[in-house]
Amino acid sequence: MAKTATELDTLVRREYKEGFYTDIESDTFPPGLDEDVVRALSAKKGEPGFMTEWRLEAFRRWQQLTEPSWAHVHYPKIDFQAISYYSAPKRPEDGPQSLDEVDPKLLETYEKLGIPIEEQKMLAGVAVDAVFDSVSVATTFKKTLSDAGVIFCPISEAVHEHPELVKQYLGSVVPPTDNYYASLNSAVFSDGSFVYVPKGVRCPMELSTYFRINAMNTGQFERTLIIADEGSYVSYLEGCTAPMRDENQLHAAVVELVAMKDAQIKYSTVQNWYPGDEEGRGGIYNFVTKRGACRGENAKISWTQVETGSAITWKYPSVILEGDNSIGEFYSVALTNNMQQADTGTKMVHIGKNTSSTIVSKGISAGRGQQSYRGLVKALKSAENARNYSQCDSLLMGDKCGAHTFPYIEIKNPTATVEHEATTSRIGEDQLFYCRQRGLSEEDAVSMIVNGFCKEVFKELPMEFAVEAQKLLGISLEGAVG
Amino acid sequence: MLSIKNLHASVAGKPILKGIDLEVAAGEVHAIMGPNGSGKSTLANVLAGRDFVEVTEGTVTYQGANLLDLEPEERAREGVFLAFQYPVEIPGVSNIYLLKAAVNAIRKHRGAEELDAMGFLKLVREKLKLVEMRDEFLHRSVNEGFSGGEKKRNEILQMAMLEPTLAILDETDSGLDIDALKIVASGVNALRSPERSMIVVTHYQRLLDYIVPDRVHVLAGGKVVRSGDKDLALELEAHGYSWIEKEPAQAAAG
Repeated sequence: MAKTATELDTLVRREYKEGFYTDIESDTFPPGLDEDVVRALSAKKGEPGFMTEWRLEAFRRWQQLTEPSWAHVHYPKIDFQAISYYSAPKRPEDGPQSLDEVDPKLLETYEKLGIPIEEQKMLAGVAVDAVFDSVSVATTFKKTLSDAGVIFCPISEAVHEHPELVKQYLGSVVPPTDNYYASLNSAVFSDGSFVYVPKGVRCPMELSTYFRINAMNTGQFERTLIIADEGSYVSYLEGCTAPMRDENQLHAAVVELVAMKDAQIKYSTVQNWYPGDEEGRGGIYNFVTKRGACRGENAKISWTQVETGSAITWKYPSVILEGDNSIGEFYSVALTNNMQQADTGTKMVHIGKNTSSTIVSKGISAGRGQQSYRGLVKALKSAENARNYSQCDSLLMGDKCGAHTFPYIEIKNPTATVEHEATTSRIGEDQLFYCRQRGLSEEDAVSMIVNGFCKEVFKELPMEFAVEAQKLLGISLEGAVG
Repeated sequence: MLSIKNLHASVAGKPILKGIDLEVAAGEVHAIMGPNGSGKSTLANVLAGRDFVEVTEGTVTYQGANLLDLEPEERAREGVFLAFQYPVEIPGVSNIYLLKAAVNAIRKHRGAEELDAMGFLKLVREKLKLVEMRDEFLHRSVNEGFSGGEKKRNEILQMAMLEPTLAILDETDSGLDIDALKIVASGVNALRSPERSMIVVTHYQRLLDYIVPDRVHVLAGGKVVRSGDKDLALELEAHGYSWIEKEPAQAAAG
């Protein structure tokens, strides 16, 4: 562990050394965090006063908090004073100059996913002048949305263009005081998506960060806010199925969803950040707070996530079921291979009457991966007839990995019903041999078995995402068996 | 077609097969019988390429090539099919999905075009009739929640779809009632052809009433102790395996 600590340290330092030493013009803050840095950050973005105050409050709160350590993950201590909290969008000369400078393994994966060469460059951080047709795509896209009255823009833009909405909703689901990383994010968030769907509008297309071209390199402290007003519907796709090259070690994002009466939000994530190499060197720490609030009757929020990347994943997309008859759903596939660790699950908090929640969690551990499902189902006194169904299945590949389940149930209302099912199985030599005897390669066999295991979750993903997620699982598991 | 010479094999260091010789010509059906522990299933596993069985001596030649050099999937693509004694469950993977992947993997190997959805469905419906199964069977997860009879019929369906050159049926009759046994047997009989050889591994003579073999071999203690025509199975039925175990030398000589 000590060795890794030094490595992390070196990584963090090496990365920001540049920012420190280059020149003032480069627009990267020196490492370190205090009130002045928060103020300077807010000033750089030209934010209105309310935002600056909001950030400062969060920062003061953060200073009083201690880093949580309850998760079943292990990593060396993070030096928050060694991180730079503002960096202007990457300049072309900072990144790799051509694909020749990019890890060949990464390129191999892109090939297998069938990603066009220009897009490969973009994902790997190679400087490209224009990404295909993205400008025209984005333009058509924006027009369709604005015709429908949907607001979809970077949150930094929303702060200026729609301050009243930002003021009303930012931090209303995940308050700046919520937890250590949420406080940190609130103080220093870089950028992210903002979505507002007006009353009665069904968003005419799936929203995806892919189309929001300026979303690149906003990574480290991303902040997303989605509001679905009464009777509206929106489906949002986060992430990218190809592994993103990113030199940031720590990712502490916050995602807030607000669904009003009769509104529905479907939030799908495919997370495939760099997981580190076979020995656990490098890789992203993905410490994310994601929460949705069903504010009105019959509101519905569904989280679907496929997590195959990051060295450490630590997150619990949750739903607060305030409105009567509101529905929360959580469908998750998490995969840990090599030295990856994941402590993930959900929280369903039942407040309103007749609220219901469904949790389907599929954990796959391979290599020396360690994985925990941690879920809380809570029914308050007011949650008359609340219902929950939880299903947690773990699939182990090989004998060096681990799967753990931590279900927490707190029921204050006697009419609530909670069902919990859990299974752990091992991908059998028998299953593999059976498929190979039918002519399938070992790789195809593994991929087929794992995809079968994940089927209930994949069917919740939008079609094209599901196809890519399947491919991705196969690739992430290559060499995991045999 | 298949030539096994002096085959020795061990499982976990323990010798199980101790010098098997067997010649199977194209179009022939050979039955392998023997008491529990005689090495019948081990022989089937060696032929299919199961890696927990270690071949310590001898050769297996299939269509002129060394079978033991090939990976299990390569053997399958070359036409070796094993109907499993205990078919494996694969939750979440539909029967039709596995079938299609298998058929296309094998077609690809043979240089044939992959079947499209319509062509595949037509073929599979035709073969379903052979084992008296309904369409909905295709959409259930592979062997999950299948009865013993359904599992075995599913094996025969796969065999019918994959059209092997050498089919090995490992105790396909075990756990079947008489009706299921008849369906399975008629499915197998429909697949008999001059180009296709079969090795039927069974403990009981019963199956051989329905699948009539050209040759019968009795395995005991890891060796073929007696070979004969279909009447040998009847003789065994009358005398029991103790007849061979008591006088292995004499029986083998006879």
